[in-house]
Amino acid sequence: MATTSAIPTRKAHRFTRANTLQFLLRGRAFIALILVVGYFTITLWPQFLSTQNIEIVSKHVAQNAVLAIGMTFVILTGGIDLSVGSIVGLTAMIAGMLINKGIIVPALGVVVYPSTWMIMVISIVIATLFGMINGFIITRFNVAPFIATLGMMYVARGLAGLLNNGYTFANLVGRPELGNTGFEKLGAGDFLGLNYSIWIMIVFAVVAWFVTTRTPFGRHVYAIGGNERSAELSGVRIKRTKLLVYMISGFCAAFVGLIIASQLVAAHPATGNTFELNAIAAVVLGGTSLAGGRGSIGGTIIGAFVIGVLGDGLVMSNVSSFWQMVIKGAVIVLAVIIDQVQARMQARIALQQQQEVR
Amino acid sequence: MTEQPAATQSPNVSSSPDPVVLRAENITKVFPGTLALDNVSFNVYSGKVNVLVGENGAGKSTLMKILAGVEQPSSGHIFLEDKEIQLRNISEATAHGIGIIFQEMSLCPNLSVVENIFLAREVTQRGVMIDRKTQKEHTRELIHRLEQTIDPDTLVGDLRIGQQQIIEIARALAQDVRILIMDEPTSALSATEVEVLFRVINELKSHGVSIIYISHKLDELLQIGDYVTILRDGRLVETAAAKDITVPWIIEKMVGKNPAALFSRTEHAIGDVLLKVENLTLPRPGGGYVVDHVSFELHAGEILGLYGLMGAGRSDLVDCLVGARPEGKGKIWLHDQPILASTVSERINKGIVLVPEDRQREGLVQTMSVSDNILLASLRSYLNGFYLVGRKEKKAVEGMVKSLSIRVANTNQPITSLSGGNQQKCVVAKALLTSPKVLMLDEPTRGIDVGAKSEIFEITSRLAEQGYGVIFISTELKEVLAMSDRILVMSKGAITGEFSREEATEERLVAASAVGHGLADTAGHNGGTTTYGHN
Repeated sequence: MATTSAIPTRKAHRFTRANTLQFLLRGRAFIALILVVGYFTITLWPQFLSTQNIEIVSKHVAQNAVLAIGMTFVILTGGIDLSVGSIVGLTAMIAGMLINKGIIVPALGVVVYPSTWMIMVISIVIATLFGMINGFIITRFNVAPFIATLGMMYVARGLAGLLNNGYTFANLVGRPELGNTGFEKLGAGDFLGLNYSIWIMIVFAVVAWFVTTRTPFGRHVYAIGGNERSAELSGVRIKRTKLLVYMISGFCAAFVGLIIASQLVAAHPATGNTFELNAIAAVVLGGTSLAGGRGSIGGTIIGAFVIGVLGDGLVMSNVSSFWQMVIKGAVIVLAVIIDQVQARMQARIALQQQQEVR
Repeated sequence: MTEQPAATQSPNVSSSPDPVVLRAENITKVFPGTLALDNVSFNVYSGKVNVLVGENGAGKSTLMKILAGVEQPSSGHIFLEDKEIQLRNISEATAHGIGIIFQEMSLCPNLSVVENIFLAREVTQRGVMIDRKTQKEHTRELIHRLEQTIDPDTLVGDLRIGQQQIIEIARALAQDVRILIMDEPTSALSATEVEVLFRVINELKSHGVSIIYISHKLDELLQIGDYVTILRDGRLVETAAAKDITVPWIIEKMVGKNPAALFSRTEHAIGDVLLKVENLTLPRPGGGYVVDHVSFELHAGEILGLYGLMGAGRSDLVDCLVGARPEGKGKIWLHDQPILASTVSERINKGIVLVPEDRQREGLVQTMSVSDNILLASLRSYLNGFYLVGRKEKKAVEGMVKSLSIRVANTNQPITSLSGGNQQKCVVAKALLTSPKVLMLDEPTRGIDVGAKSEIFEITSRLAEQGYGVIFISTELKEVLAMSDRILVMSKGAITGEFSREEATEERLVAASAVGHGLADTAGHNGGTTTYGHN
C-alpha cells in the first residue's frame, strides 16, 4: 500500500540492516494491523473471521475512517479539527428534526417536509458550512486551529442539544403521506452484499487518495503543512486551501452523522461524542505527522482498521472497558514514538544521501 | 604518534613558531555508508584566526561539529594544550572554553534579543530569579561593541537575517571563550558589518582568543585569516599561512578548477522596458517607510543588480513586487500593461517570480521530495482536466535537472538530502517552471560553495540572454559588480544610486549604500571587504 511505495525506487542495491529497519518502520501501521488481526483470529477462533463479524467490524471502522479521512486533510496542513464529533451529532439531530418536524415557515404558517434526499443534502450543506466557519475563523482571524475548533466543538454540541431540548428524535422512518420515508435504508441497505456505510468509506478513500496524490489541491495541502511561507511564495493560496480543508472535514462528519442516525433510526444529541479523538488517533497511527506535511490516506485507512479491530476484538475477548482504554491509549502513544524514531532515521539517511550525491 | 602530525604535510607551517592550543589528530568520522572525514589532523594556533575552507560536503562542518562536541568522531583524538579531552556534548565543549556560532541560525525567534543571548546561561539572583537588569546591560554592551543599534528587547523574529546573525555573534561573545568557532558568520552581513565583525575578531585575538573561521567568501578569508586549511572530500589537502597564498591558489586546491571560469559573464543584448515600477512604498509599522517611494525600470535581457546594507529594504522591495506584502502600494507595469493583481499567485501568473532570500524558511518545503518542490509553483501546467499527469511532471523535472545540472540520484529523494547549492538550484528551477518574464533572485548564492556559485552565475547569465528581466540581489559587492548590467543601490528604503556597468566601482556602491547612515565616513574610504583588485 501507500506505506511501502517509496521503497522500490531505492532498489535493493544495499539491503542493509538500516534499510530493512526503515522498511519495517514505514510499514508499521500495516504490520500492526496484521498483528492485531492475527492475534484475535487465533484467540477468538473461529468467530472473529466469520463473514458476519467482518462486516460488523467494517461497519464500525467505516464511521471512524470517514471522519479520519477528513481529519487527514486538516492534519496534513498542520491543523487539527476537534469539532468533528460534535458536527456528527449536530448533523444527526438536523436530519432527525427535518424528518420528524419538518421546516416550519413562520411567515406562511405552514410546515414544509422535505424529501429524504433533500434532508440529506441540507444536513450535509449545513455541516460543511460549520467546517467553513472553522476555516474562516482560522484563516481570517489567525486563531489557532486547536482553539477555533475547540470552540466549535462546544457550539455545535450545544446546538445539537437545543434542537430538541436535549431529547432524542426517535423513530426516523418518516411518513408515506409526506414523502419522506426511507431514511433508515442508508444505514441498513447494502449493495453487492456490502453495507452502504462501507461503500461510502471506500468511495471517500479512493477520492481522497486521488485528491491528495494527483491534484494540485492535494499537493498544496502537503506544501502548506511542510512550510507555509515557502508555499505562499510559490503562489499557493493558503487561505483558500485551508478553508477547503476544514470544509472537507465538516463534509465527512456530516456523512458519519447521517449514517449513525440512519443505523439507529434515531438521533441523539450526544451522537459522536469524542469521535474526534478516535479520528485523530487513526490519522496519527497511520503515520501522518501532527506537524503537517507528511502522511497518506492509505495510512489513515489502515490506522482506522487497527483501532476498529483492536476495539471490537477486545470487546469480544471480554476485556473490561477500562483496560480497553488503557490499551488503546498505549498503542497510540507507541505509534507516535515509532513515528519520531522513523523521522530521525529518515533525516540521517537524507544526510547520508547528501554526502553520496555531492 | 608524532608531536606535530600536520607539520609533515605542509612546509609553510612547520616553520611556524605559534603555539598550538587545540589539536585534532587523525580524526575519522563515518556516517553509515559515508566517510565524512578521513584521517584529518587540524591544528588551532593560539590567538590566531584559523581558517577552514572547502566545498560543501568537504567535511568542514562535520569537523567543526566534532570540535564543538555536537558530533563524536569515529576515531581520532582531540588535545587541548597537550591534554587529551573528550567532547561528548556541547556543554562539555563549553566547559573547556570552546564556543560555536552555527551556520544555520540557532536563535529562538519568539524570544527577545536579551533572552536569546543569555538562553541557558541566565544570570540569576540567588540562583532563582533572572537578573534582567544585569542581562540587559551586558546585552547593550555587546551590541555596542558590534556597533549596532538594536533594542535589546526586540523579538529576534522581528529582526532581518543580517541582524539575527549579529545577535548570534553577540551570543558567542557573551560566553568567555578561549576558542571560538565561526561557521560562515558573514553569509548575511553587508560590507560594513563585516568590517565591524573583523574589528571584533582582531580585538578577540589580542585577548588571546583562538578563532576557527569557516567561510565561502575567499577574499575575506585572506583578509582575516592567519592560517588556511583546505579540505576536499573529507581529506586534508593543504595548510598554509595566509600571507603566502592567493585566492586562485585556494580555489585550485578546493575544486581543482580554473578560477578564471568563476564570475564568467557573456555579453547579451538588452531589449525594451519590461517592468516599470513607480512610487512603490511599504510603510513601516511604527511610522516611516521600509520601501520609500521607489521607481525604476527593468529591461528585457537585463541583469539589474540591487545592492544595499542589511535593512536597506532590498528584500522588502522584491517581496512587494511579488505580492508577498499586501500593505505595499505603488504602480507596476509589465510590458506597458498595468498590473492590478495583488496576490502572489496572480503575480506569478503574470510572470513575476521571486527566488527568496532564505532558502530554508521561504524557498523549500522540507517534507517534500526534490521533484515535488520543483513542481510546486507550476502545477497548473501538468494538468489534464483536474488531475496531474505524472508523465508531464516527470518531463518538466527532468528538463530542469538537466538544464540546471542539479546533482540528484533520484528526484523522489527528500529535498533535504541535497547539498545547499543543489537545493538552491531546485528553488531556481521552481521559479523558472512558472515561465516568468521577470525573475528576482534574492541572495541566490548565500551559503553555497564556489562551484555551485559559479553555476548559479552561469544560469543567471543564460537567462538574461534568453530575454528574461533579472533582478539580482547580493550583499557581496564583487558578485553584484560582476553580474549586473546596471546597479541600483538602496539605503533606508530609498534608491540612493544608479550606476551603469561602466560607472560602477566598489567605492561608489559603498558610498551610495551609506547615504543616510552615520557610518558613511567609515564605510566610504575603505571600499568594502575586499583588499585586492577587480577580477
